Amino acid sequence: MEQCRVNHLRRLILKGGGAGGVLACALAAGLLRPTRAFAADWNKAAFESKSLADALKNIGAAGAAESADILVKAPDVAENGAVIPIEVTCRMEGAESIALLAEKNPFPLMAYADLVGGTEGYLNTRFKMGQTSVVKVVVKAGGKQYIASREIKVTIGGCGG
Amino acid sequence: MSEPMKIRARIVDGSAHIIVLMIHPMETGQRKDPRSGQAFPAHFIQRVTATINDKPVLNLQCGPAISKNPVFGFRVKGAKSGDKLMIAWEDNKGEKAHSEATIA
Repeated sequence: MEQCRVNHLRRLILKGGGAGGVLACALAAGLLRPTRAFAADWNKAAFESKSLADALKNIGAAGAAESADILVKAPDVAENGAVIPIEVTCRMEGAESIALLAEKNPFPLMAYADLVGGTEGYLNTRFKMGQTSVVKVVVKAGGKQYIASREIKVTIGGCGG
Repeated sequence: MSEPMKIRARIVDGSAHIIVLMIHPMETGQRKDPRSGQAFPAHFIQRVTATINDKPVLNLQCGPAISKNPVFGFRVKGAKSGDKLMIAWEDNKGEKAHSEATIA
């Protein structure tokens, strides 16, 4: 119960603080950088896909080839499913994008990174998983799709109540 | 006011190693409030963009499965010490933030 109360309070604080933040940022953005815009839109279809196959199809990686050149560094057993570190390094040349997917998550696609203007085939982040699952990493390089898999066991889920 | 991002950017072997930490709840929409039984509405960062000297280097889209207070690390070849890095995010409620840093 203590946990809920704290969370509720945090929610109120965030709610209260959020509005001011938006206003301030909007002002700052408007005054300082009127032309700044987000280049890539959010791929709604892919992020709302409920199966791994659909998610892969919606990011255009349905026929991705297994590759040993994608190095995935992640724990074999994650004690806390709410924070699982993952580090992806691509050994192939010219990686254009990296996508992270967890097969058993309610929405498998977790992140999709477009690497532009000299960004290397490398991505490091932390993600959530409710249960033990296979994590897939899809890399686009030279117009081709490559995929690597890694099973991560979760002892405490990170998505439930 | 949303809390500022924490950015670390330095040159290692000719490329900029950048790590950014954003303060955000990343609520999935799956988690239920045990008192009311209602799910907390989803609230998560959807897009992150990074530019170096106003040139885009990373366009990232993310779903609610990224952990609370997201961390992203990436590496940019050809960036130099003193270059200006800017990182911005936007979430599913339209909230936005951006932060600047100089590559060390």
